[in-house]
Amino acid sequence: MTAAFLGMLQRLGRWGLSALERLGRGTVFFVYVIGGFPEILRRGRLIVAQIYAVGALSLVIIVVSGIFVGMVLGLQGYNTLVDFGASESLGELVALSLVRELGPVVTALLYAGRAGSALTAEIGLMKTTEQLSAMEMMAVDPLHRVIAPRLLAGIISMPLLAAIFSILGVYGGHFVGVTLLGVDDGAYWSQMQATVDWYDDILNGVIKSFVFGIVVTWIALFEGYDTAPTSEGISRATTRTVVNSSLAVLGLDFVLTALMFNK
Amino acid sequence: MTESRTLEIVVGGFIFAGLLALLMLSMKVSNLTDIGGTDGYEIKAKFDNIGGLKVRSPVKMAGVKIGQVSAIDFDPTSYRAEVTLKIDRRYDKIPTDTSAKIFTAGLLGEQYISLEAGGDDHYLKPGGEITLVSNAVVLEQVIGQFLYNKAAGNDKK
Repeated sequence: MTAAFLGMLQRLGRWGLSALERLGRGTVFFVYVIGGFPEILRRGRLIVAQIYAVGALSLVIIVVSGIFVGMVLGLQGYNTLVDFGASESLGELVALSLVRELGPVVTALLYAGRAGSALTAEIGLMKTTEQLSAMEMMAVDPLHRVIAPRLLAGIISMPLLAAIFSILGVYGGHFVGVTLLGVDDGAYWSQMQATVDWYDDILNGVIKSFVFGIVVTWIALFEGYDTAPTSEGISRATTRTVVNSSLAVLGLDFVLTALMFNK
Repeated sequence: MTESRTLEIVVGGFIFAGLLALLMLSMKVSNLTDIGGTDGYEIKAKFDNIGGLKVRSPVKMAGVKIGQVSAIDFDPTSYRAEVTLKIDRRYDKIPTDTSAKIFTAGLLGEQYISLEAGGDDHYLKPGGEITLVSNAVVLEQVIGQFLYNKAAGNDKK
């Protein structure tokens, strides 16, 4: 009985220690990669290629989902607001939900699925096929040459993607609310401008997506770098990237919201 | 060569679209264009009750927005709310006997301050105070008063 209990405690302890150890390795990895930024900033070409891979190629899914999320918000918001005779507030509802929450969060989740998983698989395969070790043999630091431009590209791309998502959502909501359902065009924009604050809402939304960009790209790159060098290891690492970064985004979103919007 | 050129063009287009989206969010969706009108002058008004008035609530004259509420403070000596109104520089001819009322846009809409011009030849200077005020209409009070009057009316009969 006591032995079984102690065994359980031991397993829990082992799990806790390994989780902490991974976190520590991840942090060291992150700090080291950040140290490569000054060097990589002088070689803009590397960053441009990565912005293409993680940002520009994610545009299609961001554009499509932005428009559709905005249209659904317009439809659902209208159906709810019209019961209270407040359908003029539709613009306010659509813009605030997009700029504060849906823009940064949904973009980060889509980014984790579209670009994060690709980053993990790419880095994981580089490690498995010992390309990273080969670089070290040639005295090229893979963390600075391969990882740093990808992290920087993710940090640059995410706020841009979130902004594109939000503005397209606002126009999607405008299309459904104003063009299809007949909400007054002037009321849609003026209610929006009267309530959305540049500093409180827009800037905080950008800060959120900036933080998500760091966290998701960091998790994706670290999972790839830390993968077990087998095909099964890569598959597990890719799954962990999507699951962990989605959970991190949702958890962080709560913390950031509590810090930013507590009135 | 051409491949890296198309790649750079696509990235340029992406960054441009992203910055454009940020700019549009700032200009079209938020109130950044309002903040641009910061050169104005401030006048004060004291109310017994400001209801749901907030900082940045509009100040209107004849229904046209001429400024906004820039600060709300509580005056501990008179137990009244001291509201600072920032009026656009263009509207500098507001008579000293102008009255300020707190209205609600629609039944449940946001509250705003409505100014009604008086007939005085003297105009309010920056830092001046509007003395003719009427307070926010608190819906509960109106309903309570209505019920009270109704009951009193029934007693008389």
